[in-house]
Amino acid sequence: MGLRSYIVARVLLMIPMIFLLLSIVFLIIRVMPGDPVLLHFERKASEEAMAELRHVLGLDKPLYVQYFEYLAGLLRGDLGRSMAPGHHSISQQIFSAFPATLELALFSTLISVGVGILLGVRASQSYNSLQDHSIRAFGIVVYAIPIFFLGMIFQLIFAINLHWLPANGRFPPFLAEPGGLILYLSKPAGGFAQVFMWSLPAGFVSWVICSVALKRKRVKFWLRGFLISLLVLLAGWIVYAYLAWHFMCLGVLHISTGLLTIDSLIEGSPLKFVESLRYLFLPSLTLGLVLSGVFIRLTRSNMLETLRLDFVTAAKARGLKETAVVYGYAFRNSFLPVLTMMGLQFAILLGGAILTEKTFSWPGLGSYLVDRITFRDYTAIQGAVILFGILVAIVNLMVDILYAYLDPRIRL
Amino acid sequence: MISLPLLEIDSLTVDYRTRRGNIRAVNNVSFTLEKGEMLGLVGESGSGKSTLGLSIIRLVPHPGVIVNGHIKIDGTDILNLSEEEMRAIRGKKVAFVFQDPMTSLSPVKKIGAHFVELIRTHEPDINKEEALKRAMATLNDVGILPERINDYPHQFSGGMRQRILIALAIALNPDLIIADEPTTALDVIVQAKTLDLLKSLRDTHGMALILITHDLSIVLERCNKILVMYAGDFVEYADSKELHRNPEHPYTRGLLRSIPNVELADQKLEAIPGSPPDLLNPPKGCHFWPRCSYANGKCRVEKPPITESNLGHFVRCFKENV
Amino acid sequence: MTIIGLVIVLSMIIMMVLGPWVSPYDPTKSNVSPPPNPSPPNADFPLGTNLLGQDMLSRVLCGGTIMLQVALLSVLFCFIIGVPVGLLASYAGGIIDKIFTLVMDSFYAFPGLVLAIAIAAMMGRGVVNMALSIAVVYVPSYYRIVRSQVLTIKELPYTEAARATGARGRTILLRYILPNVIPSIVVVATVNFADAILTAAGLTFVGLGVGIDIPDWGWDLTKGRELLPSGAWWVITFPGIMIVLLALGFTLIGEGLSELLNPRLEQ
Repeated sequence: MGLRSYIVARVLLMIPMIFLLLSIVFLIIRVMPGDPVLLHFERKASEEAMAELRHVLGLDKPLYVQYFEYLAGLLRGDLGRSMAPGHHSISQQIFSAFPATLELALFSTLISVGVGILLGVRASQSYNSLQDHSIRAFGIVVYAIPIFFLGMIFQLIFAINLHWLPANGRFPPFLAEPGGLILYLSKPAGGFAQVFMWSLPAGFVSWVICSVALKRKRVKFWLRGFLISLLVLLAGWIVYAYLAWHFMCLGVLHISTGLLTIDSLIEGSPLKFVESLRYLFLPSLTLGLVLSGVFIRLTRSNMLETLRLDFVTAAKARGLKETAVVYGYAFRNSFLPVLTMMGLQFAILLGGAILTEKTFSWPGLGSYLVDRITFRDYTAIQGAVILFGILVAIVNLMVDILYAYLDPRIRL
Repeated sequence: MISLPLLEIDSLTVDYRTRRGNIRAVNNVSFTLEKGEMLGLVGESGSGKSTLGLSIIRLVPHPGVIVNGHIKIDGTDILNLSEEEMRAIRGKKVAFVFQDPMTSLSPVKKIGAHFVELIRTHEPDINKEEALKRAMATLNDVGILPERINDYPHQFSGGMRQRILIALAIALNPDLIIADEPTTALDVIVQAKTLDLLKSLRDTHGMALILITHDLSIVLERCNKILVMYAGDFVEYADSKELHRNPEHPYTRGLLRSIPNVELADQKLEAIPGSPPDLLNPPKGCHFWPRCSYANGKCRVEKPPITESNLGHFVRCFKENV
Repeated sequence: MTIIGLVIVLSMIIMMVLGPWVSPYDPTKSNVSPPPNPSPPNADFPLGTNLLGQDMLSRVLCGGTIMLQVALLSVLFCFIIGVPVGLLASYAGGIIDKIFTLVMDSFYAFPGLVLAIAIAAMMGRGVVNMALSIAVVYVPSYYRIVRSQVLTIKELPYTEAARATGARGRTILLRYILPNVIPSIVVVATVNFADAILTAAGLTFVGLGVGIDIPDWGWDLTKGRELLPSGAWWVITFPGIMIVLLALGFTLIGEGLSELLNPRLEQ
């Protein structure tokens, strides 16, 4: 089965699964014992208020109608409206909370994979020694620690006792949040400017020709000259745009990722960068450590197998250094399983992120979900749960495709 | 002043400490190797020949331990060296060619990368281009087109990969090359070509060579000296012509008899009866007595010492009925 | 390793059983120690007291019952639902198997805690509800293990032989397949136990736990969080360590068992 047909098959398979997932969530929220509106008010409100809420949210329609509206809304990206006063769009709330969770997830994965690989490799190198056993024990113990407990311990030690790191939140209140980069675009002011504007696509075309010609190793002198002059034109355009930025502005281009660490780098503020890292450190350390156990075990067993292979011994016999042998030869083969495991762990990562965010008051999707639970905002809970499910499904799909791409057996 | 032998092995004993018990893979073996000499190390599988070869570069795999003895290279006992000093010797002074060419090269690295890494580990001042040039010259020496330096191992046949391994071994002009069964994984025709290649390289570069094999026939004509091992024991050692003319140990005789001779018609293939012993529980006395047609009561009880019968011809046998 | 795990678990169970008798104070009674509360560990109250003036030692001794109950119930639910469904669906094969596998895979891909939260949020508080929501998360794992075993054993020669002699499907399932499936299920069950404990703690932390009257380690952790800024470390440390020990105990049992059943290859 070729790669393309595999991808197609896999995506097609995902459709019924997501459909099933959405229906399950719908069932849970609407059909399970307890009328959501009733539970929301906990019988403290009047009949009129409840009826009004039902009407606003569309919950007074027959069930099958609700189901279709639910699915239709999802196709549009509309996750419904919150039960809280104001009835804001859930999609919007989730969209603004998402980058925080993404940042946490990324850094935690970095830590868990990094720690896992380093410790796993060390353990495999000293097989059956005290170091090996203690690393393995560490991996097992660390997973048995409830995430929020570990988080609280870290808070106690590093924030409250040592005052090295902040205990809560994402960014210091006294600084403006990094906004990324803002570019001002200029409008062409005449014929000469138009030439400059055209040099960009011209440069692109020449680049295409250049690469084709280079592949056949026939870059003639005159062609080189042509390319150089085009490059000069391109450089001129950039300089012109820069000058225009200073003197003329008409449009604004906002480049930001929502990840405060990256944004502060784009903005060019080292202070903000350091501060965002300070706040990010403890939460991602907590989440990362707890999840590292799996990677320790995986790396260790992979390395043990690979280190026994002939080409590793042969490399050692050529006098290569230990690190070169371990990382250059043995580790390359452990890379793929680690990658797939990262994808598989994503679901657990999201669950752990919820707990971590609550512990550190990190304003992400997890905090959003927990808040909505406290306020008994069932439509919002439903929306958040759906998003989590879809995220996991997408990541699983990507992992499957990546694996198929990298594993030559499926490719051919 | 007598020149030092290149390699001096003195009473070397290597054990494998497994959970089921102690396996004595190499039992009190001693011999010397002069510069430029070619030694054939012969024995069945389990005889300890590979372990002996690996101990010379101190890469005996876990759970192997060198329990006793000395290994002197150019007078220095390498068992006293630090790991860092040992690493400097591997690949540069003593090179090892492994048995299986299919698995000895990293499948994700280009051939050139193997060489560059090797050369630059031992000679860090050389830059990449220079290292590649030397690599291509070495490839040429073993009969592989230098342009193929950018190919991956799986693009070569078994025989060619073995030659690449040999090229990696000679790349830094070592004083000693140890080749562990360099032809076992190859077919007969390629076998002969590879062995001739080894021999001619040795003739041009002047290095010593230890050829480890189970096939006595391939070392009889090519090597200066032959050492026969059985079940971890040093069994016989002599100049190869002398060994061919006067084999003293019954095992060596059996090995010689079992070499098929193409010229003789209607030849019965003679094998040595029985099989190698379980090294967890080796037979008492001489390890070979269960398969020896000359064994008597003494052989079953006492282990024969090594005696020198002719000048330079050593054997471990009571030789009473032989 | 199994032994260490068993020792830990058994001692904790003993502690929990004896708890109510052994604890010096009534864990639910407030202000057994005079204000100001919370007070750090001292001679009268070796583990200190919490904000409500309740003795921590008593709460720690008695606080594991809820978690254990939830975990036990959820494992039971999984067994009752997952194993038979797995056996029947995978043995039946064909479209039934495909449908069930699809459903189970959809659940399996879902982040566990999120699903448990969703279900617990809708069903309300209580031990049974918590156990159910955790069980729903883990049933797919049991299903998978059972299914893979069934598929392997179904093809083995002795099963074919049994079929050739006219044995009924039910007999084959019970006599041949089930005994072979049990070891793997036991291993999954222990892991399930450990995870259930941690998930139960997590559910309590987000506010979906049990009521406040019964002493519970998870609850102590949740409430103790508010006291952190004042540096009252004893309110969370001891309950937390208990949870870790309990989860660790089951994990070790599981690891030990799985090593026994699939001995690792020696080098």
